[in-house]
Amino acid sequence: MPTPLRPAALLLGLLALGAAGAGSAPPEPPPTLAETGLYADPATLRLAPSVLFYQPQYPLWTDGAAKARWIFLPPGSAIDVSDPDAWEFPVGTKLWKEFAFGGRRVETRFLWRATANDWVFATYVWNDAGTAAILAPVDGVAGAAEIAPGLRHDLPGRLDCRACHESARVEVLGFSALQLSDDRDPLAPHAETLRPGAVTLAALEERGLLSPARPEWVARPPRIPAATPRERAVLGYLSGNCGACHNADNPAGTTGLLLRQLVGSREGSVPPARATTVGVEGGWLIPGASGHGSLRVAPGDPDGSALVYRMASRRPASQMPPLGTKVPDREALELVRGWVAEELTPRR
Amino acid sequence: MRTTTTLTLPILLALSAGASAAPPAPGASPEERGGYLVRIMSCNDCHTPLKMGPKGPEPDMGRMLSGHPESFGVPAAPSHGDGAWVWSGTGTNTAFAGPWGITFTANLTPDPETGLGKWTEKTFLETFRTGRHMGHGRPVRPPMPVYWISQATDDDLKAIYAYLRTIPAVRNRVPQPVDPPEPAAPAK
Repeated sequence: MPTPLRPAALLLGLLALGAAGAGSAPPEPPPTLAETGLYADPATLRLAPSVLFYQPQYPLWTDGAAKARWIFLPPGSAIDVSDPDAWEFPVGTKLWKEFAFGGRRVETRFLWRATANDWVFATYVWNDAGTAAILAPVDGVAGAAEIAPGLRHDLPGRLDCRACHESARVEVLGFSALQLSDDRDPLAPHAETLRPGAVTLAALEERGLLSPARPEWVARPPRIPAATPRERAVLGYLSGNCGACHNADNPAGTTGLLLRQLVGSREGSVPPARATTVGVEGGWLIPGASGHGSLRVAPGDPDGSALVYRMASRRPASQMPPLGTKVPDREALELVRGWVAEELTPRR
Repeated sequence: MRTTTTLTLPILLALSAGASAAPPAPGASPEERGGYLVRIMSCNDCHTPLKMGPKGPEPDMGRMLSGHPESFGVPAAPSHGDGAWVWSGTGTNTAFAGPWGITFTANLTPDPETGLGKWTEKTFLETFRTGRHMGHGRPVRPPMPVYWISQATDDDLKAIYAYLRTIPAVRNRVPQPVDPPEPAAPAK
């Protein structure tokens, strides 16, 4: 019988990837979360004053985890936003994302641009008391917390991190012009109410953290040019949850399925997540259907839409996203199914 | 007393195919080394369909490394029950059914629509490093020995990729993998 991927293979792979990118082993993440610089006082979990709290408007679904996110930018630095869709973060940038299930902290993921050539990926696993977190093994931790009866949350291995975070031109996901737009989408699944102090595009611009300055993003915050409010939320959800891989800069883009919404694209152009799905046959066939490939989105027919099928599946050959979730996102499925059934006209 | 000579399947296949596994000469190109690696790593065993010849099953080298034949279709997999026999394969040796579902071997030829034509070298390497389709997608399914091949060096994988760019493109759309049946709901 074949042998599953083992920790040793993951480590080898990680080393190989690092060697390929920089010519030397990448820096190692600190052994504890406290040493990453997130907290001014690790004993009380009081945050460092230099970290900025942020809330993407189209959050990634992780089986209902409650999340908190922070970014640190080195003093005096700014994000190079010359390319509005591929921000260049200064060396020393750090990001954290805390995951909690049932009110208990489970893990905090850490992304650190340690050198010009090295992004460090790691996750820290919290103790049961929720008082401290230590570096998780390189291949992750299986079954770290219960997310539903009989299902447990896995902490990702570092290669899992790279599978998504190295799939686009920029390693940082969720901190972008669209995600931080002040024109927030009220229909976005799992949208969070903006908390006081959360940084948005306007806040970044005001603090001089964008280079060059982008006053147009304050005057006219980025917004998906959708036909209806519901379509806007659908396309935003697909961008935030699927666009990290399904974009033109990634091998998955060779399939022609493009789900990332760009803010630098021409105004009035059809959003790629609509242009490459609605009425478009893909290479994947819904089980039991005939032909070579099902329509990615079959107007008027959610059950005949491969995109809907795969969003709803958690079977290994079918599920999308292929990692990071074990429970389908019911709220998003209801939104997408309604869009397909009620807003898209079947072909006559 | 009559003597019977038994040829094991791999030996028979190698003889039938007339394959040469001579090691590449010093200074050989990556493509030459890649071809050698593909032969000795038995990639053809599953990625080149078998056909019935006068001596038994033999690789159909006219469809070299083009994966499970589209024309073969997706026949229903046999039931294996809970016994010792847990997986099975088709006579082409290109489709395998087991607890993981049904797997069809990939088209490794450079056909742009049905093979690896659009794959980059980076995509190829990341598939083995991560064990995921195209480095980012679904897990590579059994019985592909991705774990063992992941231990190859970057140079060896690059050589294999280089060789696979040189072989004849075969248009053959391999079926997608099939998930296992949903587990039965617990009795109430």
